[in-house]
Amino acid sequence: MTPTTSSTTSSASSTSAARPEPPGPTGPARGPAAGGASPTSPAPPHTGSRGTRVLGGAALASLALLVLYGLVVSPADAEMADSVRLMYVHVPAATFMYAGCVIATVASAFWLRRRTPGWDALAGAGAEIGLVFAAITLGTGSLWGRPTWGTYWTWDARLTSTALLAAMLLGYLALRRLDVDPGARSSRAAVLGLLLLPNAIVVNRSVEWWRSLHQQSTLVRLDPTIEGDMLVALMLGFLAIGLVFCWLLVHRFRLGWLEHQSERLDLDAALAARRAEAVPPAEGT
Amino acid sequence: MIAVTHVGYIAAGWAGTAAVLGAYAVWVLRRGRALSRRVPPEERRWS
Repeated sequence: MTPTTSSTTSSASSTSAARPEPPGPTGPARGPAAGGASPTSPAPPHTGSRGTRVLGGAALASLALLVLYGLVVSPADAEMADSVRLMYVHVPAATFMYAGCVIATVASAFWLRRRTPGWDALAGAGAEIGLVFAAITLGTGSLWGRPTWGTYWTWDARLTSTALLAAMLLGYLALRRLDVDPGARSSRAAVLGLLLLPNAIVVNRSVEWWRSLHQQSTLVRLDPTIEGDMLVALMLGFLAIGLVFCWLLVHRFRLGWLEHQSERLDLDAALAARRAEAVPPAEGT
Repeated sequence: MIAVTHVGYIAAGWAGTAAVLGAYAVWVLRRGRALSRRVPPEERRWS
């Protein structure tokens, strides 16, 4: 997932062209021995690689299976009727919304400790994809609620806390777009990023802690209340949405890395222009 | 023919999910391509 060259960093409050640090969240570049591309291999003009193509192919295949099982093979539920088919998307999307928050919080903590741009890029990728999955969770949940509860929205503990988490993710991403020193911006965002995981835990536990219209966990118990083809469809949902999540995470991380590099190049160019302006004119001119 | 209930909600949910994921994936790929043209090759050799 990480770039394989021992390249530059715009770590912390560094605004100079200092280039000592490793590029990725996992530390220094390790080259081909770590599964990386050869230093002499051509760099692709995109964020893809052989690994992401395999991952993308697996995601598409599992999505096709999910459509088959979720919309055709799975029977209707005794209580929810066919609206249960929305659960095969809604539940995995909610789970990977949590995963995005976990990644953002852990990467934020590492950024605050190590100040390498890879961790910052990973935190941003996790939060952004977490927001995408939060939107899917809220959308499919509302569409499921209308035929089941008779309303698209109610100020239930689970729904409200999920909406607050989505707003928090939005705020985190807005903070990352502030036009200030990159290091300070990343640090401020990282502090907010540390709160994402506790908030996700509140969302997850809300149906246990407060009286809620939302149903409790279906799978995380000793006697799951779902079985047969419905269970297979839900598991396929986890597999397909999980693979899509991983594929998006790798590409978004690499995009974040490119954004760091691009910002550093812009800064270098601006500093060079400023230095050129400061050079005194030669005598006789 | 088996009668399916709530077809509109199911179709909207699945189509909306596909649209959101598809649009986001396209945005990420296109922006990645655009930035790759600006960043030197040695900074973007992916493992």
